[in-house]
Amino acid sequence: MESNDQGDSADKRGPASFETTSNPIAAATGEPLVIVEDVEKYYGDFHALKNINLTVNKGEVVVVIGPSGSGKSTLCRTINRLETINAGQIRIDGKKLPEEGKALAALRADVGMVFQSFNLFAHKTILENVTLGPTRVRGQKRAEAEEAARALLERVGVGVQADKMPAQLSGGQQQRVAIARALAMKPKVMLFDEPTSALDPEMINEVLDVMVQLASEGMTMVVVTHEMGFARKAADRVVFMSEGEIVEEAEPEEFFTNPKSDRAKDFLSKLLTH
Amino acid sequence: MDVLLNNLDIFVVGFRTTLVLFVWSALFSTVLGLIVGMMRVSPVPVMRGFGTFYVNLVRNTPLTLIFFFFAFGYPKLGLPEFSYTWLAIIALSLYTATYIAEVLRSGFNTVPLGQAEAARAIGLSFVPTMTRVVMPQAFRAVIPPFMSVLIALLKNTTIAAGFSVHEAGAIRAYASERGEPAMIVLLWVAFFFIVLVMILAYIQRRLEKRWKVAR
Repeated sequence: MESNDQGDSADKRGPASFETTSNPIAAATGEPLVIVEDVEKYYGDFHALKNINLTVNKGEVVVVIGPSGSGKSTLCRTINRLETINAGQIRIDGKKLPEEGKALAALRADVGMVFQSFNLFAHKTILENVTLGPTRVRGQKRAEAEEAARALLERVGVGVQADKMPAQLSGGQQQRVAIARALAMKPKVMLFDEPTSALDPEMINEVLDVMVQLASEGMTMVVVTHEMGFARKAADRVVFMSEGEIVEEAEPEEFFTNPKSDRAKDFLSKLLTH
Repeated sequence: MDVLLNNLDIFVVGFRTTLVLFVWSALFSTVLGLIVGMMRVSPVPVMRGFGTFYVNLVRNTPLTLIFFFFAFGYPKLGLPEFSYTWLAIIALSLYTATYIAEVLRSGFNTVPLGQAEAARAIGLSFVPTMTRVVMPQAFRAVIPPFMSVLIALLKNTTIAAGFSVHEAGAIRAYASERGEPAMIVLLWVAFFFIVLVMILAYIQRRLEKRWKVAR
């Protein structure tokens, strides 16, 4: 970003690191980074989010689970305002989400997002997908952005694909590129909206592995998923949603072994029957 | 053939003016159409409203009426004066821009919403989202209807003949003054229009091929 950053931006944290949060030490401090307060969201008559309150601290990994239609994806998308809200407010790093325009774009640059359907730019190469944000939004020089992009692609295991088009990659590879594209912006927080739901079973793990590694490096993450294994392994907290409400919040071990609410018990029992 | 060769001066002046009208109008209407088309998909309600208003107002007005306005109304408004040729270009541009805006908008809609969402999610604002991500993917779908609009524009230039602009549509009138048979003259005019349209169709094919490879 700024010139005085360049000195320690490159390889200081070693090749295993994703080089993401500007201050990895902050991960342990646990200050609130994302604050969702009294949020209500309607689609016409349908009440999609009901009085949602959620705080995500720096370095925390929050996994949102729940049956389909429970509002978990909607919640995830409100955090960078891909969905607008009807009431309440959302703050990221102390700043209230702007309405539209440049301020909103600037905020989104600090919030990485990974979609269920990857959404790689179909007309650009893998490398261009990753460099577009840094060059256009951060004003990085092309050569510099490409070097960083290649390093990121290498780390998510698709380095050799850098010059291909998205359609030439498997789903798992595309999703890892999407993660690299989001990381290239050095976001403060990463949102994952069902990142493995569109993947064939054998490709799910390669994406989850990248996410687990990211979590272990202290990235702040909000993950909407059906992967209970990931929730157990990487989550600091599980948020269970049903019918637009947050029904239960607990540490993963607590939630999976001893759910409090009937709706969570019911949901978990359905998962285990097959 | 004699009808053509004996009146070559009329034909040359006429078609030269037609091309001047066409090229400038195509240029201005594309630029204006791009702006209005983007307004119509803008996240800002005021922009969307203005875009919709403009398209509905101008597209629903007969082109002849727009010409009447610029030929007889505009000069009375005390605004900077233009020649009839330039007034014709303005009328054609304002009118054609509405069609181009709609063609572009339908093109934008062929690009999956996720593409624009992904662009916004990495912090691109509206204009770069459109120019860097949505438009390059929309172009291919847009080329055939866009060329149809340009072909219609080319033929619409003949309306200017009714407003003292000596273009191809006026060739018959000038030739008749020299006693040439109207039917033959008109056949020649039609022939040259077909040639011009074929050139546009050829450009369309080239563009379609080029953007196909880009995918």
